[in-house]
Amino acid sequence: MHPVLKLVVQRIALGLLLLLAVSAVIFLGVEALPGDTAQAILGQQATPEALANLREQMGLDQPALSRYFSWLGGVLQGDLGTALTNKADIAQSIGQRLGNTLFLAGCAAAISVPLAILLGVIAARYAGRWPDKVISGVTLTTISLPEFVAAYFVIFLLTQVIPIFQPVAMVFPGMSFWAKLHAVALPVIVLVLVVLAHMMRMTRAAILNVMQSAYIETAELKGLSPMQVVWRHAFPNAIAPVVSVVMLNLAYLVVGVVVVEVVFGYNALGQYLVDHVTKRDVPVVQAVGLIFAAVYIFLNMAADIIAIVANPRLRHPK
Amino acid sequence: MRLPLSAIVGLVLTGAFLFIGLFAQFIAPYPIDSAVGGVWEGPSAQYWLGTDTIGRDIVSRLIYGAQVTIFVALASSILAFSLGSFLGFFAAVRGGWIDQTLSRVVDLVMAIPSLIVALVMLSVLPLNLTVLILVMGVLDSTRVFRLSRAVAMDITVMDYVEAAKLRGEKQGWIIFREILPNALSPLVAEFGLRFIFAVLFISTLSFLGLGIQPPLTDWGGMVKENKDGLIYGKAAALMPAMAIAALAISVNLVADWILSRTSSLKGGRGG
Repeated sequence: MHPVLKLVVQRIALGLLLLLAVSAVIFLGVEALPGDTAQAILGQQATPEALANLREQMGLDQPALSRYFSWLGGVLQGDLGTALTNKADIAQSIGQRLGNTLFLAGCAAAISVPLAILLGVIAARYAGRWPDKVISGVTLTTISLPEFVAAYFVIFLLTQVIPIFQPVAMVFPGMSFWAKLHAVALPVIVLVLVVLAHMMRMTRAAILNVMQSAYIETAELKGLSPMQVVWRHAFPNAIAPVVSVVMLNLAYLVVGVVVVEVVFGYNALGQYLVDHVTKRDVPVVQAVGLIFAAVYIFLNMAADIIAIVANPRLRHPK
Repeated sequence: MRLPLSAIVGLVLTGAFLFIGLFAQFIAPYPIDSAVGGVWEGPSAQYWLGTDTIGRDIVSRLIYGAQVTIFVALASSILAFSLGSFLGFFAAVRGGWIDQTLSRVVDLVMAIPSLIVALVMLSVLPLNLTVLILVMGVLDSTRVFRLSRAVAMDITVMDYVEAAKLRGEKQGWIIFREILPNALSPLVAEFGLRFIFAVLFISTLSFLGLGIQPPLTDWGGMVKENKDGLIYGKAAALMPAMAIAALAISVNLVADWILSRTSSLKGGRGG
């Protein structure tokens, strides 16, 4: 087998193994924590007989390990079980909301990636001078804010001070694409702000790292303009680290999306997760938690694979 | 040595926040949980920052909120540090299967975002201060583990550690008397960053309604209580939001300064 292919296959196998281990942590870890599902459903006043009945009905009297395997078997076939609170089919409830979450995260990614790369290149080109200082200063401030704080500053600014947007993001089936886009504008702006900072700083660092190579000096000495040096010589060599930076930060969107959805009352997966944590609906929390973990692991894996393919030096680990 | 301006600003602000948190009971002009004015009154001589969604004084609640926010963040980062650095040093000194097991467990926990793990755990655990501190501390200890293991790995190969081993010192001595003093400066800067992370984490949890529960309050919870006012142009929710930002930025300035000092120290030693 081609050595690169072999490394990629290895990395995918590792990712799947990690996902399996994470599913065990999510299921068995919750089992190990103090707390009784049957008690949570029936409340404090439940009689011991009622509790025992419910446990038997839900299969809670079976050993945890065998319940884990039947849960896992179900998950692999797309059966995520039913919610405790309203007996709804979890897979069905997730289906519609997942689309909304992906739409929001997709819009944020489509704007933040090119913008971060552009700003990173500009900051690297003028490293240590005022454009760099302004960009770095602004991004440093947004890094130290949690998502919801950034969100309320943006809401106040864009709905009160300069009223151009609505403070809630409602999307429903049947809305046109452009109407949807307008509805999610504010949450997208917040998410872009949150991931932009990390992405831009790491892009800048990756390019500055390449700028120290000998061939950059050659390009400078033969009289190319600084912007040409950055775009034509430094950027292509920085693509690999930049792409993996982008992937890592898209993984960061996973967390951002949960909080931002709650802020804007956007009916999607993150909101669904937080609601059901409050209701202590464990099967829903486990299912949604597993989906978020899977996306996160997948993006990290993709970052690694792109780095392996793009950088020949990583193909020969010590 | 002269302190840079950013470090002075950071130190003064951080000190002020700690002072306010420590003496909240004596500083706050009104009690934490009594409605003293109308709903969402604007700033006045009586209520400096106005009143909140049910007419409580915002300044007083910010001051009590500082106490809870700083206490929870400090307690969980101290827990994260004690647990993470001890296990990290231990893994580095012992090596072998102990190191392998600990490192793989940490990899596994870090493979999922902390917020998601915390949400899954809080769906079964009771919501109280102890549980919150334990959950945040244990989750954050994984990052401290990685750092202190890496730092200790560099130190264990030093001659003086070798010498201590040859003298027949016990593992406890090697960890606490040889490694810890030499690993302290990178760990101190890291402590600042972990503290900020804990502040942001507890604020986010409280904002989601899964952190500090009434009658106690913290800044994240205050944003949640007052967020609806924003639609009517009432800025009450922005006050706690600004407090979170100010605390995070001032601790960041201090941590940056410590970090730059320790790295220049290393340079001075010819490293």
